[in-house]
Amino acid sequence: MQIKKSLAISETGFVFDPSTGDSYTLNPIGLEIITLLREGKSRDAITKVMTQTYDVDSHTFERYYYDFLGMLKQMQLVKTDE
Amino acid sequence: MSKVKVTVATSGLNNVDSPGPGISVIRGIRDSMDIAPRIIGLAYENLEPGPYMHEYVDKTYKVPYPSEGVEFLMDRISYIHSKEQIDVLIPNFDSEIFVFIKLADRLKEMGIKTFLPTLSQFEERHKSNLPKFGEKYDIQVPDSRPVTSLSDLDELRDKSGITFPYFVKGKFYDAHVAYNSEQAKIYFNSVSAKWGLPVIIQEFIKGTEVNVVALGDGMGNTIGAVPMRKQYITDKGKAWGGITLDDPSMLEFTQHVMKKTRWRGGMELELIRTSGNELFLIEVNPRLPAWVYLAVAAGQNLPEALVKMAMGMDVPVFEKYDIGKMFIRYSFDMICELSEFQQLSTTGEF
Repeated sequence: MQIKKSLAISETGFVFDPSTGDSYTLNPIGLEIITLLREGKSRDAITKVMTQTYDVDSHTFERYYYDFLGMLKQMQLVKTDE
Repeated sequence: MSKVKVTVATSGLNNVDSPGPGISVIRGIRDSMDIAPRIIGLAYENLEPGPYMHEYVDKTYKVPYPSEGVEFLMDRISYIHSKEQIDVLIPNFDSEIFVFIKLADRLKEMGIKTFLPTLSQFEERHKSNLPKFGEKYDIQVPDSRPVTSLSDLDELRDKSGITFPYFVKGKFYDAHVAYNSEQAKIYFNSVSAKWGLPVIIQEFIKGTEVNVVALGDGMGNTIGAVPMRKQYITDKGKAWGGITLDDPSMLEFTQHVMKKTRWRGGMELELIRTSGNELFLIEVNPRLPAWVYLAVAAGQNLPEALVKMAMGMDVPVFEKYDIGKMFIRYSFDMICELSEFQQLSTTGEF
């Protein structure tokens, strides 16, 4: 899954979609994940980073991860050809 | 370089909760680096805020409503011109533009320049003519039908296939979504009482409303265009906040409309973007909108460009604008002197 290239994401977690004018606020974990997604990291790589950094096992993380991706899709923040 | 002195007369000074475009247009003109404007306000009512906003309006004259007769309006403009030597006149209400198009040649003979669409351009984009407009210029539009009576409304379903919900719109302003025939009748009565007949019934297109402010040179070229999405909408459907968009398809759409219609003057396109990413044109407003100062702030001073084009000055095409520029409208209790109100009420000018 690729995040829309046009998205403006600030260091504070403010996300602006210039094509729709919509804006969102990410919490620090969401910001970290979206940054990794933007860097083109795979699910396994992201899971590895997050489980090493935080007190969470891979199964629990992946549940939240897919939930988050679903939200990004619903908000049309991912490329439409994906 | 010294600025060119230009006297601009403009209406739409009702800077209230559903504002006319006048003050925003004036703000743009006052921002000009090339023009030193003297702004003459044309007011229809004593309590329009514009006349009391002295940082924007230098002098105000009351004018009669166009519905009172073209000659009354023309006489009043002649009087104002004798006092002020107007260079450019910018009407900002849909309801007066028809009259000023009709008067444009006479105004020109007096030395007053306008920059308005032609009568046929103005007429063909009426809400009631939208289906023909769409067909003629290859533009997607919702089905729209003019109705002149409650019985027309009853027959609408059989004749047009437009089903609930649908919009009930006034010929100039006002739009309500009706979900059943009772609501449709209530809105028909209120809209027709306010704006006259016909009332327009328009198919409801589900999606996000987006808008474009644009300026055409009358030869098919788009001098400038800025797309915007309303972020906060009042109960009257007016934008209380908005943001400029990065949307090439809206700009292409606008350029297509300008090229095909050869529109002259300011324009606002009201569009619906569907979930399938299609754009439907729901309205063409024949003037700059009240939110035009957002375009100025984003880098396209369209009111200034309009004045320059009316004056016959060269205006380069705007190539870019700032994306993500926002506006938030606000209310403000302006304190005014009774003497000013008294003067405007009794002498019709101050």
